[in-house]
Amino acid sequence: MGINRREFLRLAGLSTLLGLGGKTAFELLAPGQLEAQQYVPEPGAFKAKRWAMVVDMRKLDEKTAHKCINACHLTHNVPDIANPVNPAAAVSPEEQVRFRIKWLWKEDFHNAFPGDEHDNLQEKLHHMKFLVLCNHCDNPPCVRVCPTKATFRRPDGMVMMDMHRCIGCRYCMAACPFGARSFNWRDPRPYIKEVNLNYPTREIGVVEKCTFCDERLSKGQMPACVEASGGALIFGDLGDPKSKVRDQLRTYFTLRRKAHLGTYPQVYYIV
Amino acid sequence: MLEQAFVGTRKYYGLLAGLGFLIALGALGYYQQLTTGLGITGMGRDVSWGFYIAQFTYLVGVAASAVMVVLPLYLHNYKAFARIAILGEFLAVAAVTMCLLFIVADLGRPDRLFNIIKYPTPGSVLFWDMVVLNGYLILNIVIGWNVLEAERNDTKYKPWVKYLIYVSIPWAVSIHTVTAFLYAGLPGRGFWLTAVMAPRFLASAFAAGPSLLILLCLLVRAFTKFDPGREQIQTLAKVVTYAILVNIFLFFCEIFTVFYSQIPEHMMHFKYLFVGLEGKGQLVPFMWFSMVGMIVAALAMVVPKVRENENTLAWACGLIILTTYIDKGLGLISAGFIPNPLEHITEYWPTGLEAMITLGIWATGFFILTVLYKIAVSIKEEVRA
Ligand code: SF4
Ligand code: SF4
Ligand code: SF4
Repeated sequence: MGINRREFLRLAGLSTLLGLGGKTAFELLAPGQLEAQQYVPEPGAFKAKRWAMVVDMRKLDEKTAHKCINACHLTHNVPDIANPVNPAAAVSPEEQVRFRIKWLWKEDFHNAFPGDEHDNLQEKLHHMKFLVLCNHCDNPPCVRVCPTKATFRRPDGMVMMDMHRCIGCRYCMAACPFGARSFNWRDPRPYIKEVNLNYPTREIGVVEKCTFCDERLSKGQMPACVEASGGALIFGDLGDPKSKVRDQLRTYFTLRRKAHLGTYPQVYYIV
Repeated sequence: MLEQAFVGTRKYYGLLAGLGFLIALGALGYYQQLTTGLGITGMGRDVSWGFYIAQFTYLVGVAASAVMVVLPLYLHNYKAFARIAILGEFLAVAAVTMCLLFIVADLGRPDRLFNIIKYPTPGSVLFWDMVVLNGYLILNIVIGWNVLEAERNDTKYKPWVKYLIYVSIPWAVSIHTVTAFLYAGLPGRGFWLTAVMAPRFLASAFAAGPSLLILLCLLVRAFTKFDPGREQIQTLAKVVTYAILVNIFLFFCEIFTVFYSQIPEHMMHFKYLFVGLEGKGQLVPFMWFSMVGMIVAALAMVVPKVRENENTLAWACGLIILTTYIDKGLGLISAGFIPNPLEHITEYWPTGLEAMITLGIWATGFFILTVLYKIAVSIKEEVRA
């Protein structure tokens, strides 16, 4: 936002005085924040000032990457459009590309970091498969554009989705510079082989994405992908100087995707 | 006045029946989309907006262009336009209605449409677009109706209408500006990230809209006893000429910035449109046709002989409508998504069902336009009889 909390409260107060009304003033200055304040964590939940993830590519081979993807997609009932439960629901390869839903997936270096590649890149980069996901940006354009606050940002930095409020306008998909959002172009249920009954499935016509496993953190569990990664994915609180993520960021040089766009991604890569 | 909509010739009813048939087809297609999802379109995770949003964008321009009749009349007291102002306003009503229908058609969850009002979000440009479009629709209905009623009763319209008219002038500019801001403020979409987008939208709108109005005037003259007038058409033609020239100029400004700076994120979309990328370039012939056609039409319009002959004028206007439509309705939206932010290339082409729904909405707009024009023209005939 570029303004600190005190400044924010002062401005909000001022604009209330100016007759903009308390709620709208807050909304104007920090869209989506109000929604976030309604959130109350359960006892025993993991809490943080600012969640973030570090992807350590030195430890992430392709097999581990697959394990992480599977863990995420199974936990969250992410459909596999290429593999319907009933063969009658099969779609063409071209449609598989169009309808695909991805929360966590693999990309080559030049797709994950477009513009950063050059002709004589370090050999290993040609073979690396980078795990990509929603960056839970600090200044998220998806939140800025959403006309219903179905996409909102929590004070702990998570960019969340309310799939019961989303109208499916897909403005957030146009706004996200990382392709992190997927839309349900058709009913996803015929493409979920094993349904996890502890997590909702989605309906036609709404947008979804990685949630940083808010439902697991609130029960005191680490994100599913982090658990499956054998240490290649590190998750923690940026607000805590003693946290593992802070330690990694202090020790190693890290990259962020498209940092120049000013969305302040909070997924960091060690190459 | 409404009674005029129900008395007409067989041709009038025939036209309405034909449009009604297309509307029914569109509704059928839409039912299919509602039940099985937007997967029936050609859109996908990479090109997530397509034909619907493109039509919407084009039609916002047509709607905004009514101001090109209203402004000279009410601000410069150019009396000749009093004769056709109502045609411009009613065209705007039909166009905005189509815009709103296209937005609804594009929603994944139209049942939750009112969430935009239930949870108003002033930070979202889409929220403002909803506000300005609905406002513009109401303004044009109220103004058009009152002015026409006054004309029929041979009185002057009530004074408050005048204020609404003044409001409607900047409002028309705002609808297309806000629509441009939908696209022009997104990081990571290099094709749209340009300050010239809103001005260019307005320029192409002020060329395409009045072109359409000229064709409609010629049709009204051919099929009814009301003549919109030669002078009126000629003045509109001049508006079209300047607007299309400005549009081409702004396009070249854009091309200069993009290609002299050589920034890949901005260049690659233009390359996709005009030469193709990695062997994919299904829009290439369309875009060349659009650009060359637009320049040819603009140059033709500059020549007084072409402009003053109503036959050649009609051809030039037709060409301008077609070429600006390709530019905005086909190229602009999908090229913003191709290549995608990860530089993968997935092309987009609307499906048959998508085209059917689109046609249905266009037919709805022309149905409304036909009825409104019928009312307006009947009153004009009556007054002049
Ligand atoms: S990565 Fe995309 S979806 Fe995630 S917070 Fe950033 S802009 Fe939003
Ligand atoms: S698709 Fe849903 S989440 Fe995305 S901008 Fe629209 S309402 Fe918000
Ligand atoms: S944090 Fe959770 S939701 Fe996000 S990719 Fe990992 S497992 Fe999936």
